[in-house]
Amino acid sequence: MAEQERKQSRAETTDEEVIEASAEAAVEAEEITDRIDDLLDEIDTVLEENAEEFVKNYVQKGGE
Amino acid sequence: MALPKVIGTEVEYGITVRNSPDFNPVMGSSTLINSYAGERARIQWSFDEESPGRDARGFGYEDAMPSELDSGLVNVVLTNGARLYVDHAHPEYSTPECADARQAALHDKAGEVVMARAVARTRAVMPPAERMFIHKNNSDGKGNSYGAHENYLIARDMPFGSIVRHLTGFLVTRQIFTGSGKVGSENGRPQVDYQISQRADFFEEEVGLETTLKRPIINTRDEPHADSAKYRRLHVIIGDATRAEPQTYLKLGSAALILDALEDGALNEALVLANPVPAVTAVSHDPTLRTLLELEDGRRITALEAQWQYLEWAKKYVDGGAESPVYPEVVELWESILTDLEVDPRRTADRLDWTAKLVLFEGYIERDKLEWDDPKLALMDLQYHDVDPDKGLYDRLAAAGRFHRLFTEDEIEVAVSGPPTTTRAYFRGRCVEKYRDALVAANWDSLVFDVGGEALKRVPMMEPLRGSEELVGGLIDRADTAAELLQLLGGE
Repeated sequence: MAEQERKQSRAETTDEEVIEASAEAAVEAEEITDRIDDLLDEIDTVLEENAEEFVKNYVQKGGE
Repeated sequence: MALPKVIGTEVEYGITVRNSPDFNPVMGSSTLINSYAGERARIQWSFDEESPGRDARGFGYEDAMPSELDSGLVNVVLTNGARLYVDHAHPEYSTPECADARQAALHDKAGEVVMARAVARTRAVMPPAERMFIHKNNSDGKGNSYGAHENYLIARDMPFGSIVRHLTGFLVTRQIFTGSGKVGSENGRPQVDYQISQRADFFEEEVGLETTLKRPIINTRDEPHADSAKYRRLHVIIGDATRAEPQTYLKLGSAALILDALEDGALNEALVLANPVPAVTAVSHDPTLRTLLELEDGRRITALEAQWQYLEWAKKYVDGGAESPVYPEVVELWESILTDLEVDPRRTADRLDWTAKLVLFEGYIERDKLEWDDPKLALMDLQYHDVDPDKGLYDRLAAAGRFHRLFTEDEIEVAVSGPPTTTRAYFRGRCVEKYRDALVAANWDSLVFDVGGEALKRVPMMEPLRGSEELVGGLIDRADTAAELLQLLGGE
């Protein structure tokens, strides 16, 4: 009985840890997404205007 | 013991001018280089010792390919020993000879700074409405590619067949950490959203001398710019121009390490691909890294598995006492990158260009609900490689702390102005800096001085590791003029 209780409590702890860990991962993922959003906002400010025209006119001669 | 792997890179940059319908890339490249070189433009590169048509397999190839000789295009040598010139309608930067992969990665980075400063200076001489852009990339996305070549000094007596056998599989599979990433495909290859390499769509042969068409995985150009009885310069053309510092370091370090192991007889086995040419595209077109490649012996493995095998061989070689001081660091970097690529390639976005771009583009696709063929992504695919530090997306990511850096700004600044101290580039760079007026021409293996006598004086430099600071630094310090230097050299 005592043994079973220990097992159960161990299992509970593990479950809690898993929940905590996945919560941490979710927070981390959210932070990463926030950081990416900040970065995209910054990149937006430096992108060349009129993307389509810039790309169309970017023609190089072969080299080497 | 293997020869010290003297390493250098040659990168052709993309060039364009906005609001200039008549833009001529040859003229534009000349303007760019003259803007940077200023009075150094008078020290011309000389071609006396160059023979780009010589073939490493042993048969001749005289005058059979268009020669760059005496093209009359701008072609200068810098105080850091580098060559800055116009090549096939592109500005090109060849690093000075470097004694190891770390130094070579630093000088490759210095080349970006030289280009960035050059393009900033063009603004003083160009009409205000026009604006020049320089990109460290390899393709315009429309079927035109230009190169980023690596050079490794190897022993003449290493059989070329053995290089082909051992290196082909390595070069094809290393794309997983050498690729700079590209949206879409070109040159008639199957359509993809995103691929690992800028260059993969352009390789059509296994072995050959060409670099501009029918590009081969192993290039046979045999032009050592050194004592050809002792040395061969392996000219690797199947690589992307890279901006992330750890990526450049690993690209150069892993190849040097495999070549050293081969030279020392430490590679007994080989991974031989059954179909190397289609494998180039197969690897590049699969950013999930799951594609299986067939080997000659019938086994099927992924590019990642192949690289684990090369790493294992390299580790064994390094543990057995390989001499280069950078190799333990290269092995560590190699292992960490393969480990992360295996879990999720995006985990390497702080060290590799192709995964950094992938994460960025996926971010935009998610936020703005874009399709992969959106012009905004095509623009970012170009702008990542823009060398202007205020505009280039690599630089913006690096400034935001999203890239692992290997070099400090001070180290890069030293490499922009001064030569490596441990190769003959030291002698070349110091002479350009100190005896500019007497130096009439320079190339990889000689300098030509005019010290007022009847004839010009040529100083040959056929040994890439001589001319170092240790050997000639004192002489250059003592000689106030080129004439004195020549006297001191003659007296040695």
